[in-house]
Amino acid sequence: MGRITLDKVTKSFGETEVIPPLDLTIEDGEFTVFVGPSGCGKSTLLRLIAGLEDTTSGQIRIDGNDATQLPPAKRGLAMVFQSYALYPHMSVRKNIAFPLKMAKMAQSEIDQRVDNAASVLNLADYIDRKPGQLSGGQRQRVAIGRAIVREPSAFLFDEPLSNLDAALRVGMRMEISELHKKLATTMIYVTHDQVEAMTMADKIVVLRAGHIEQVGSPLELYREPRNLFVAGFIGSPKMNLIGGAEAEKHGCHTIGVRPEHIEISASEGPWSGTVGVSEHLGSDTYFHIHDTGLADTITVRADGEVGFNYGDRVHLSPRKDVIHRFGADGLRIA
Amino acid sequence: MATKASRSAARVMMAPAVILLLGWMLVPLTMTLWFSFRKYLPLRGGDLGGAGFDNYLRFVSSSAFWPSVITTLLIVGSVLVITVCLGILLAMLLDQPMWGQGVVRILVIAPFFVMPTVSALVWKNIFMDPNNGLFAHLWRFFGADPVSWMSAASMPSIILIVSWQWLPFATLILLTAIQSLDGEQLEAAEMDGAPHLKRFWYIVLPHLSRAITIVILIQTIFLLSIFAEIFVTTGGAFGTKTLTYLIFQRVLESQNVGLGSAGGVYAIILANIVAIFLMRIVGKNLDA
Repeated sequence: MGRITLDKVTKSFGETEVIPPLDLTIEDGEFTVFVGPSGCGKSTLLRLIAGLEDTTSGQIRIDGNDATQLPPAKRGLAMVFQSYALYPHMSVRKNIAFPLKMAKMAQSEIDQRVDNAASVLNLADYIDRKPGQLSGGQRQRVAIGRAIVREPSAFLFDEPLSNLDAALRVGMRMEISELHKKLATTMIYVTHDQVEAMTMADKIVVLRAGHIEQVGSPLELYREPRNLFVAGFIGSPKMNLIGGAEAEKHGCHTIGVRPEHIEISASEGPWSGTVGVSEHLGSDTYFHIHDTGLADTITVRADGEVGFNYGDRVHLSPRKDVIHRFGADGLRIA
Repeated sequence: MATKASRSAARVMMAPAVILLLGWMLVPLTMTLWFSFRKYLPLRGGDLGGAGFDNYLRFVSSSAFWPSVITTLLIVGSVLVITVCLGILLAMLLDQPMWGQGVVRILVIAPFFVMPTVSALVWKNIFMDPNNGLFAHLWRFFGADPVSWMSAASMPSIILIVSWQWLPFATLILLTAIQSLDGEQLEAAEMDGAPHLKRFWYIVLPHLSRAITIVILIQTIFLLSIFAEIFVTTGGAFGTKTLTYLIFQRVLESQNVGLGSAGGVYAIILANIVAIFLMRIVGKNLDA
């Protein structure tokens, strides 16, 4: 079980309030991702849940029990740190066994659980090595192994993939998602990378300056961003935000059109501009269009085979049904 | 990067320094070895010819030899234990954020800047003097008889003085080591259910092992040749005669250079035995 409820939780460091009163419920078995730009308080929020920071006020409940004053070890949560925080002088086996040893578990039970974790995470080949002899991805797996042997009610991940190279990151992303499906345990995952959030989460919590901007499934956030911040943050490349006269035509202050919802053509379309930099990814091409009179740059996603050159004059047509409208206060207009 | 020419040029340019250092080391060593086989009494006729292994036999068969070896090892051992243990505690204390941290750290290091002779004299005269010392006043304040430290508790006194001098060194090295400990490791251990003492035992202490090794090795080198503290306090009396002090007495008080040189060679052998033991016990910590 692992239902975590935050009730009017606040956190201040001296005079600075990092987390204003915040309510949030994380259901049992859910993969929740906290996402936001750096300094938005997402790591602090995770550390509050872990018990590594004291809450200034409010209540944290785990499975309905008040855990606000409980020390970290008593909360039944396991955490994977950004630096992995492996114990450098212990072998992989001892690292994974450490929490069980601290819980004074019988040696036979410890061995069984460590072997089990090692086989789940494919650690068996290097179980007797020291962390210093492992690659980044292997260390990451050991850190996860150390977390799963405790059979915690929830896992906490603090930007676990940010130290890995891009290729490995995609692989580990899959592995963590796989692990979540296998264990069906609550997981809370902190990242500043919206791609990680979109690909892994059941529920995304978008944070800015300690405030929750929006909570929802990845597709909800993609389809109906509640405000301009979420609209700009979720989706890659970023949504084009257009103000002025064009927005007024739609009866609002700002309109948002995602790059994948704009057609590019040489001859026809209501908007026009010149092609700037184009990024060829093979499957897709992103064109950055200038001189449209709408915004500095309009980003357009096109098929990989579409070829326009720098300086070409092009026409753009946004898909009418997926134009997002925002009022002067930045909030979405339904 | 280095070409053949630049490598040989580097060798030529390093040569003066290497030759100087080598000479610095080899000349005294050779002279000691030379004198240890001579009957050399500066005030009683000077060099009186070869003596074979006479000096060596006389030095070991003297009743003062084995006690001096034991005293040396006792002082080195006790000071090591005290400085390393207290050093770890002090380092952890100083690692805590506190008001006036910079000043406190400098004050802690201060004893290391005091010359050994001076610090020993300060301890002897200001703290440990049986009539006017601070300790004597303290003892009298509680109605106890003042201890005459230098005679009744000579070894503990010297160990105390030397420990006081070397504690800052240990603290300083261990403090820098503690500061390099990754905070996330401690937090991970906290999440893993390790209480304070276990975090210290399983995380902090292993992290410090290399620094502790360095402290032990460096301090041993210097403590084996400790002299000034004994010279100005007990003068080698009351069971505080170390091997170094014994050699000093043979050479300067008995004016027997040959005998003292033989003692010097024994001191080199003792230092090497200690070094071998130390490298066996703690040296493996230095392998990364």
